[in-house]
Amino acid sequence: MKALCWRGPGELSVDRVPDPRILNDQDAIVKVTLSATCGSDLDLLGGHGPAVRPGDVIGHEFLGEVVEVGQGVRRHRPGDRVVVCSVIGCGRCWHCERDMWSLCENSHPGPGASGDRWGGDTAGMFGYPHAMGGFRGGHAEYVRVPFADQGAFRVPDGVAEMDALFASDAAPTGWTGAHLGGVRPGDTVAVWGCGAVGQLAARAAMLLGAERVIAIDRHPERLMMTERHIGAETIDYTRSDVPADLRERTGGRGPDVCVEAVGPEGAATGRPRLPGRIRRRIGPGADHLVAVREAVRACRTGGSVFVLGVFAGLADRFPLGMIMDKGLTLRGARQHGQHYIPRLLELMGKGELRAAHLATHVMTLQEAPRGYELFRTRRDGCVRAVFRPWA
Amino acid sequence: MKRGALAAVTLGALGAAVTHRLWSSRERARAERRRIRWQVVTINRRPEEVMPEGRLPEPLARLGESIEVQVRDAPGGRGTELGARPHARIPSGVEEVMARLGGEDPRQAVRRALRESKCLIETGEVLRADEPAARRPAPIGRPPAVAARRAGGEERR
Repeated sequence: MKALCWRGPGELSVDRVPDPRILNDQDAIVKVTLSATCGSDLDLLGGHGPAVRPGDVIGHEFLGEVVEVGQGVRRHRPGDRVVVCSVIGCGRCWHCERDMWSLCENSHPGPGASGDRWGGDTAGMFGYPHAMGGFRGGHAEYVRVPFADQGAFRVPDGVAEMDALFASDAAPTGWTGAHLGGVRPGDTVAVWGCGAVGQLAARAAMLLGAERVIAIDRHPERLMMTERHIGAETIDYTRSDVPADLRERTGGRGPDVCVEAVGPEGAATGRPRLPGRIRRRIGPGADHLVAVREAVRACRTGGSVFVLGVFAGLADRFPLGMIMDKGLTLRGARQHGQHYIPRLLELMGKGELRAAHLATHVMTLQEAPRGYELFRTRRDGCVRAVFRPWA
Repeated sequence: MKRGALAAVTLGALGAAVTHRLWSSRERARAERRRIRWQVVTINRRPEEVMPEGRLPEPLARLGESIEVQVRDAPGGRGTELGARPHARIPSGVEEVMARLGGEDPRQAVRRALRESKCLIETGEVLRADEPAARRPAPIGRPPAVAARRAGGEERR
């Protein structure tokens, strides 16, 4: 089959790789009809990620049709149109039973390296083959989906595929930030980053009852898109002192909940300083925490800061004292999609959650290297490049 | 002259203290390496489901007499703590590094068997990773790839 493979730092190619096959009874094989780029891929593409090797199939946000199921699959059959959660969860370990799916204890068949680095292992994930369980990515004609009953969700007839695609990762990630960030009715919420995750975190905050949602970015087209499609207020951080602006807009208090949806790639306004760049080449380097630092500074006393960015390195110069002095809650998580996706699809069906506008560039899988280049450079107003492997 | 003697005594005492401290920490590290720790996983099931009629889960049973096993209730209703450790001598120093790289450190097999036992008992199967699309590691991927090899199936949980 055809798949988008990592060939070296910054180098992608569409290659022929062996078709996936059922390896466990609870697997399904999904024929991918749509897959999307994601900001968390960019660190991986640069060769900075925990482990990537030439030939690895990348991509973790995808939607498709079930073509084969293992004998242990009960909820799906060939022909089902499904969106697949980017995080793999078994549904039966202690964390999954408590809806902390991205901490699944059984979906990472080869843990060790990550546990040694971070002091604990987390769930497997598609598209990070040598870092998160050994599962190929979604930019391919077919994908093997382990624990398919838990991770694949039938897309209701009334939901457009381009909306449903983002229920795989961006929408549940945004929802995770708003929900676990503790958004309550009447809150003011600030979201750093107007990419897909940031926009959908802003929308999630609104749907959870936030009275006011303010999104922060520097790209005019993303700011306009957030105002138009999400309905949030925006701040262009290149034209404003963000914490001062937020204090002014919130009666001097600051936002109740601050969600960081920027990550290490987009966080720095300038290029990383040389030592950091060198360290990133040889191992876990210094991540840029501009947005997280700003969120901590801007957040109201006693408020909550939620980190959604995928930071693979280490970070110093963090204002730890502010967390203590201001009584903040700082939290982060990868998405617990299996908990949220049914509700997200329902909201999409009702028209209360829309995501199709994020697919600014739709192209064939063959064009995927160019799609990633557009996405990385944000040229031509690219928010997400979306690929059709069978077009 | 007295000052010189005092300085010499002070420096000598400081030197002895530093040497003692370094020696102690090295000894502690050596002792830690020699110690055969229990490797433990917590399984989200009751003890009688983890070891029905006292039978070991199949991945651990395969290790036969080479290991000792302990089972106890996990606190707070978290299921069962299943621990195991090898009888074999644990390699240390260069020998340990070589054993780990070669996948021959006895702790690796124990760790893998525990992890597989947990997955089997909780989900009904041992999850397998995808067949790799490529085998040759890239230069940039090498350090983590080495880390992954060194971990050799072990994990902390």
